[in-house]
Amino acid sequence: MSAVRVLAAGPGALLVELASGESAEAFHAELLRRRADGGLPAVREIVPGATTVLLDGIEPRAVAGLARRLTSWEVPPPSRDAGEAVEIPVVYDGPDLADVAGAWGVPVADVPRIHARTEFRVAFCGFAPGFGYLTGLPGHLRVPRRATPRSRVPAGALALAGPYTGVYPRPSPGGWQLIGRMPGPEVLWDPGREPAALLAPGSRVRFVAAEDAG
Amino acid sequence: MTREAGTLRAGVPAPGRAVVRSGAPAGPGLEVVRAGALTTVQDAGRTGWAHLGVPRAGALDGPARCLANRLVGNAPDAAVLETTLTGCAVRVSGVRPLTAVVGGAVCRVTVDGRPVAWGAPVRVPPGAVLEAGPALHGLRAYLAFGGGLVPEPVLGSRSADLLSGLGPPVLRDGDVLPVGAVAPGHSCPAVGPVPWPGTPGELVLPVRLGPRDDWFTPAALRTLTTAVYRVAAQSNRIGLRTEGPFLARARGGELPSEGMVLGAVQVPPDGRPVVFLNDHPTTGGYPVVGVVAASALAAAAQAPPGTPVRFVRA
Repeated sequence: MSAVRVLAAGPGALLVELASGESAEAFHAELLRRRADGGLPAVREIVPGATTVLLDGIEPRAVAGLARRLTSWEVPPPSRDAGEAVEIPVVYDGPDLADVAGAWGVPVADVPRIHARTEFRVAFCGFAPGFGYLTGLPGHLRVPRRATPRSRVPAGALALAGPYTGVYPRPSPGGWQLIGRMPGPEVLWDPGREPAALLAPGSRVRFVAAEDAG
Repeated sequence: MTREAGTLRAGVPAPGRAVVRSGAPAGPGLEVVRAGALTTVQDAGRTGWAHLGVPRAGALDGPARCLANRLVGNAPDAAVLETTLTGCAVRVSGVRPLTAVVGGAVCRVTVDGRPVAWGAPVRVPPGAVLEAGPALHGLRAYLAFGGGLVPEPVLGSRSADLLSGLGPPVLRDGDVLPVGAVAPGHSCPAVGPVPWPGTPGELVLPVRLGPRDDWFTPAALRTLTTAVYRVAAQSNRIGLRTEGPFLARARGGELPSEGMVLGAVQVPPDGRPVVFLNDHPTTGGYPVVGVVAASALAAAAQAPPGTPVRFVRA
């Protein structure tokens, strides 16, 4: 019995489905390791998702063999201490703080404290360049999306939905609960910089309350 | 962030437009006389960044982009203009004539108002206006120029990406675009008339089921591959939307966000399949019932709203 399911996504792509977000992170890390070691056939994109990893643009003759091999990998758990944490300054003054406090069952003043002492990781990216889906909050602190999405969420908005935290790199419509804002969100995504994204899958992230940062 | 067309008046260069230069360029260039409904710079797109949420972008009709480029003597992945339905007009600036080809959607082509060949190289003198008229067949025309368009590349590509706003912005009247220098000894290949693919009266899309076909009822899977859909007017560079029978799910709940491929047939809650084109989001949370062969997507790019669509098992 393997907890790994490999699904074809067209002729040149495989979608690897794992049992949990944590397993998907570990599998993604293993794929990157094997690619760096030359142990993978040519793959154009490796795209982690919530509980999946997509391998896209696989050399056609390698697809079938790779699909068979992927299910037999021994994958170590993700190393939790790899790399420096990216520190993101935030002001916890979002319009949905009270709703989140209600969902968490804590006083409003505790939301920033709980959030800022959590160690986050970028589980995957998407939605917009520079947007990371950050995990780290314990399961009982999940919050639903807002019933009615906002037509415009400003750049820098610090938002929660489901198990995820994220910071909007640019203004867009959005249904997440807003608990604060990051000053200077343009550093999240700068295609003229190398690397363009401040947050990449696997990055560790800490939020620092701006009042405390000085 | 997609730019909203028409937020600036014609002829007024937008402030801070990093890529499209305003004013007379030192080298060869194009001045946009009539931008048309939606005209963008496109090359082969940017790959390798999907894990950061960066769409691939690139010309939707890849074969047309390649052929137009080859006919002006460019590498097949040089940057060209992609128009939508209404064509566009550009004036050649600089001191030398440019060689141009208009291909893809069939349209009337003129230089300073005089008819010239569609789908074959034409010489456009300095100061003259090359116009690709409204599409007579197909949807998207491609304008290739000897030397290629050379706005500043972003992450290795000069393609405009309308989902995330990367690359050169959508063209507006008055914009100026630089054209690359042609290599010494450059010439157009000596070829006779070449066949351009026609525009299908019916769009047949070979689809391979999966990865989430098990989210749909057996009846829905039969419907997908037997019913006739039509191209919906809301289609764009992100996806070809369809109108037709509802595809019922076999299970409820939300799909956790997962990576999406080009040609993915995603089924949103309204039950009408959407075929993902080049500006598609890199991850998504609606189930993908199947994937259309990439080789069929050029025809999808040329199918105007109302075109019948049939999904057939690949």
